[in-house]
Amino acid sequence: MRIALALLAQAMTDEGLTAIGKGLVYGLAAIGPGIGIGVLMGKSVEAMARQPEYAGQVRGTMFIGIGLIEALALFGFVLSFII
Amino acid sequence: MNPALLALSTEFEAPTTHDFSRWFDPNAWMLGPWNIGPFEIGLNFIYLLVLVAMASFLAFFYFAFRKPKVVPGKLQLVAEMGMDFVKQNTVLPMIGPQGLGYFALLATLFFYILAGNIYEIIPGFNFSMNSRLAFPVVLALVAYVAYHTAGIRRHGFGGYLKHSLILPGVPIALMPLMIVIEVVQVFITRPLTLSVRLFANMVAGHFLLSVFFLGTIGLMFSGKPLLMVFSPFSAAMAVVLVGFELFVAGLQAFIFAVLTASYIGTAMSEEH
Repeated sequence: MRIALALLAQAMTDEGLTAIGKGLVYGLAAIGPGIGIGVLMGKSVEAMARQPEYAGQVRGTMFIGIGLIEALALFGFVLSFII
Repeated sequence: MNPALLALSTEFEAPTTHDFSRWFDPNAWMLGPWNIGPFEIGLNFIYLLVLVAMASFLAFFYFAFRKPKVVPGKLQLVAEMGMDFVKQNTVLPMIGPQGLGYFALLATLFFYILAGNIYEIIPGFNFSMNSRLAFPVVLALVAYVAYHTAGIRRHGFGGYLKHSLILPGVPIALMPLMIVIEVVQVFITRPLTLSVRLFANMVAGHFLLSVFFLGTIGLMFSGKPLLMVFSPFSAAMAVVLVGFELFVAGLQAFIFAVLTASYIGTAMSEEH
């Protein structure tokens, strides 16, 4: 409790609030892409398990999808340095 | 400071973007600068990395394909496997057999980005040239020019605009909105995401590695038993992350090449 209060007191400055904002920007930006990549990987594994002969094609498409989704999270990462 | 916080605090300072600006300071010359005409030419750390990456990339393929044999030696085998990987995974599935003219471009992009990225985990360098936004932007511009040129050569200028901006089967009422979205997508978002993806991955990787390696030292010499216990875990994590960054370096080079191929393939495709 004492530590939490001390941390809170230290955070309630301009600098501290900026740091919290930076953390929140990246954290919030990672939620959607996290869910997206989870769904994508899950479905890809399912497809590969059902039809192993198409595993190569599915993997290639999966990496493109990961690349596209990942960019959203990385925008948040870059933005956290800009603010 | 509050005594409760003092027990948990260390002298350790986490790496910030300030560390990057030290490398990126245009006046932080290692050699030079010399004034040649209107230009200031010299060598700083980033230029050194670019030269080293370029030299290793060229040397690898020079020695691999200097005397090509029917039964390949070890180096030639590795190079041929790499070329075949690019051919089988980017050119053929994304563009098709008519895209083999772009094989040279895509293979160059893949191996050059890989050569640049790999220096992130090589001791002594520990930094990737792609951590500076200028280099991914130039690489993305190459891809940008390549896929627009491919589309224009195939469909003609007006035909290419019509092909890439107007989607079939869209109701007339939605057409203006869809065209705006497609313009933003094709001309702005694609090159932006291509460059920012590579850049941000390399910066994030450098931060991860530096936090864990510096954190190991910081915790070890903090002089507080509560913190020193965690030092070995930090060291183990750092070692694991080196392997992970090796994977990321290859994956990002592959994603860059495969997305470029996919954009070229979309631009060249027949009416859909």
